[in-house]
Amino acid sequence: MLVVEALSRPNLFPASFTLEDGECVVVRGPSGAGKSLLLRALADLDPSEGRVVLDGAERDAMPAPRWRSLVGYVPAEPGWWAETAREHFLDWDSLAPLARRLNLRDGIGDDPVARLSTGERQRLALLRALERRPRVLLLDEPTSALDPDSTHQAEAILAEWRAETGMAVLWVSHDPTQAPRVATRALIVERGSVREERA
Amino acid sequence: MSYIRLDLFDILIAGVLVLMNGALSVALGLGIARKMLVAAIRMVVQLLLVGMVLTWLFATVSPWLTMAIAFAMVLFAGREIMARQDRRLTGWWGYGLGTGCMFLAAGVVTVFGLTTQLRPDPWYDPRYAIPLLGMVLGNTMTGIALGLNTLSGAVRLRRSAIEARLALGDDRRQAMAPLVRQALSTAMTPVVNSMAATGLVSLPGMMTGQILGGVEPVEAVKYQILVMFLIAGGSGLGAVVAVLGGARRLTDGRHRVRLDRLE
Repeated sequence: MLVVEALSRPNLFPASFTLEDGECVVVRGPSGAGKSLLLRALADLDPSEGRVVLDGAERDAMPAPRWRSLVGYVPAEPGWWAETAREHFLDWDSLAPLARRLNLRDGIGDDPVARLSTGERQRLALLRALERRPRVLLLDEPTSALDPDSTHQAEAILAEWRAETGMAVLWVSHDPTQAPRVATRALIVERGSVREERA
Repeated sequence: MSYIRLDLFDILIAGVLVLMNGALSVALGLGIARKMLVAAIRMVVQLLLVGMVLTWLFATVSPWLTMAIAFAMVLFAGREIMARQDRRLTGWWGYGLGTGCMFLAAGVVTVFGLTTQLRPDPWYDPRYAIPLLGMVLGNTMTGIALGLNTLSGAVRLRRSAIEARLALGDDRRQAMAPLVRQALSTAMTPVVNSMAATGLVSLPGMMTGQILGGVEPVEAVKYQILVMFLIAGGSGLGAVVAVLGGARRLTDGRHRVRLDRLE
């Protein structure tokens, strides 16, 4: 379980909420309201105040790389540090079945990342994060560039993954129809304030 | 050892070439005649002053004076490193990192050269220490400035790639490694190129100066090789410490990218 108490940073007022094991909570709100700032603060990619606890372990008491291997983060525009897709994975070949389910074509692993479409990069970034088997996954509009079929596939895979591993998901989405499909609760972010309501 | 002394008239004749450049600039409308004249006058005044200071310094052979002059040279070079950055580190780091690394690298290499190879008596004899430091400093400064500028530019441009690795659980050393390599490679390029081209494409100023001063070419070459090795050592050491220090400063203890530490 992820417990967040009075988490704040510049442009984000103190936010408190919990995320149960296997739960998916959607994060909604207008552009620029602070949704990505909230996710970055949770991933400890920006300095923040407050308390974040995962399964009883304080974030600030564990090394940041360890924290981020437990709390994965997929930004809206994922970064790439190597030339081909497969170089970004621990074991690309073992992920082939999952890649196929996400409608990624065979052989994409050997393509230069720069030549891939936005949608392909989004799905690869999701796979890359899942490969590390995080306890919590922070997703920033992970399906914004996907066609409906790929979107449903991604939602289905994440639902299965949550059920099987107990991974919790915090999912930023602008799609009003997606929220009730994937989550039961929602965090609404407006002008840096976070409040909770039903998805 | 014999050399041909120059008198004022010889220098004035050579100065005609600069005037000729100025005249060409006016005739072709290049608009650099004034700049060139000012630069030429600055060069003459600066060199005359340096000549006087060195004459006085060499006559005194004082360890404190030599150290003070060396210190001033490092401080000026530190300013130059800062001026060559597109985006400097904020606060004291902007000046301190480059200057500190240069102080360390150029200082270590110069003292090494003086105490183990040249061995003047006393070892800090300014006739050897100051010119040697000057040559090492000039090249070390270029290496550090290039390394730091490349690093800060790359961190700005490739922030999302660095954070992608951090977000997957890599530490800052792993995430920054490709950028550190790129910055160090850029920093060392001038020294490598200059070593490769020396003797074929260019005859180094120090060596030609010695030959004009009456030194046997083989002796001048030996000095030049020694100086090139010292320069390579100084540039490498300075750039490594500066780039690693820069990479550390542009991240923090929680392994985050800290672009807010750049101006």
